[in-house]
Amino acid sequence: MAAPRFWREIPNRYNLIGTKCGNCNKVLFPPRYICPHCRRMGKLEPYKLSRRGKIVTYGVVHVAPEGFEDQVPYVLAIVELEDGPRLTTQVVDCDPNEVKIGDEVELVFRRIGSDNEDGVIYYGFKFRKV
Amino acid sequence: MMREVAIIGVGMTKFGELWDLSFRQMIIEAGARALEDANIDGKQIDAMYVGNMSSGQFISQEHTASLIADHAGLVPIPSTRVEGACASGGLALRQAVIAVASGIHDFVVAAGIEKMTDVMSEQATGALATAADQEWEVYAGATFPGLYALMARRHMYEFGTTEEQMAMVAVKNHSNACMNPCAQYHMKITVENVLKSPPVVLPLKLLDCSPITDGAACVVVAPAEKARKMDRVPVLVAGTGQASDTISLHSRQSLTGLRATVEAARMAYKMAGVGPNDIDVAEVHDCFTIAEIMAIEDLGFCKKGEGGKLTEEGQTEIGGRIPVNTSGGLKGKGHPVGATGIAQVVEIVQQLRGEAGKRQVKGAEIGLTHNVGGTGGTAVVHIFKRGD
Ligand SMILES: [Zn+2]
Repeated sequence: MAAPRFWREIPNRYNLIGTKCGNCNKVLFPPRYICPHCRRMGKLEPYKLSRRGKIVTYGVVHVAPEGFEDQVPYVLAIVELEDGPRLTTQVVDCDPNEVKIGDEVELVFRRIGSDNEDGVIYYGFKFRKV
Repeated sequence: MMREVAIIGVGMTKFGELWDLSFRQMIIEAGARALEDANIDGKQIDAMYVGNMSSGQFISQEHTASLIADHAGLVPIPSTRVEGACASGGLALRQAVIAVASGIHDFVVAAGIEKMTDVMSEQATGALATAADQEWEVYAGATFPGLYALMARRHMYEFGTTEEQMAMVAVKNHSNACMNPCAQYHMKITVENVLKSPPVVLPLKLLDCSPITDGAACVVVAPAEKARKMDRVPVLVAGTGQASDTISLHSRQSLTGLRATVEAARMAYKMAGVGPNDIDVAEVHDCFTIAEIMAIEDLGFCKKGEGGKLTEEGQTEIGGRIPVNTSGGLKGKGHPVGATGIAQVVEIVQQLRGEAGKRQVKGAEIGLTHNVGGTGGTAVVHIFKRGD
């Protein structure tokens, strides 16, 4: 991923800032530019999300994509935040065999991956069990 | 539909690692077979739609619709590439069907092709992952098997689906592929082979995953009146449906089925005036074993959550209540992504004509194809009927 493409999303990724629609009150993450429920009638504003949630589902990655090879095996999961939105993330600092659906997790700031060609290292959110 | 549409010719290459065949050779081989099967000349073709996911990433070549028209000797007819990730082929067929139904064109080729083995397998996996959300899924370390593993785990949690039931999908599809000369694999496997195969993203193992494949397939779409004049069983396109969903999995409420499949099927069933119980044979999008289990539920062959059980009971085998993926499916026949949606039609047309050899489903009159893009951001369903 080219560097500007990553930097553009830094505020959202580092601080977990999504959007909230003032019309339907739905909290959206990843951030959106139009409310999918209200469309042009929506009123989107930045919204800082809670840093806790629970695991909706997970898998244990043994064959990693480029830039993640040194992290296997790692837990890939969908986490539902207390505010409602879900996101795709990794669950770290635990034995992959001890992860269950429904586990409570909290955000931690970590190295995400690296671009093997340019040597750029990306940071952002992961989660760990509470 | 404005006017009745039929498939009058089908053709495909063998699927597999076709190191000795180029992109150009593959599409011409499939096209020539389809035209020969239709018994028409290239001069009669009015237009072409090409399903191709990512020639840019796989062979560094875009603008492939023109390239194909050129190398098939079909210039200056209109040729259009259609892209919907792994559903590109199904979308190309739908465009061809709409073009003929509208009366704008009479003879239209719907083609599908992917040349995937000219790059290393890690690059191919990366190219496939571009069908997921790069910014919010792939960024976090997700791959395609990873995203389907997330669905598999949730399906197991909600419905008690087992890894053995998923393995049975692979066993069945490999067994069917052994009877298909065009299939990539002619190798029977057991449930134990699947369970003991190397982990990819658990709960999915290597033998739960469809392979990387080269292949091309073509069908000729024409007005039904032309098909009825031919000296063989006419196969009509009775219904077509397509739907979209969020590109990322985490934006969906349900992780145990594909809403796009449900919506596309509803549209196709309504147009065809049939329901799930009327389908005699189906080719569904089994990019991973869990995908077939979800598909047979979403298409209405059983209730949500009972796909594993239906598979375990053998109801989806040839001779079962609803034979699924008689061709070997994506798992056994191979999955050259852009070609898959068209190759599914090749199988259903052969089944309805009674030309499927050892794979033949006795008395098949109504067939269905189901093609999915990404994790279900796109789905397309077609229903075919014998027209005699
Ligand atoms: Zn809204």
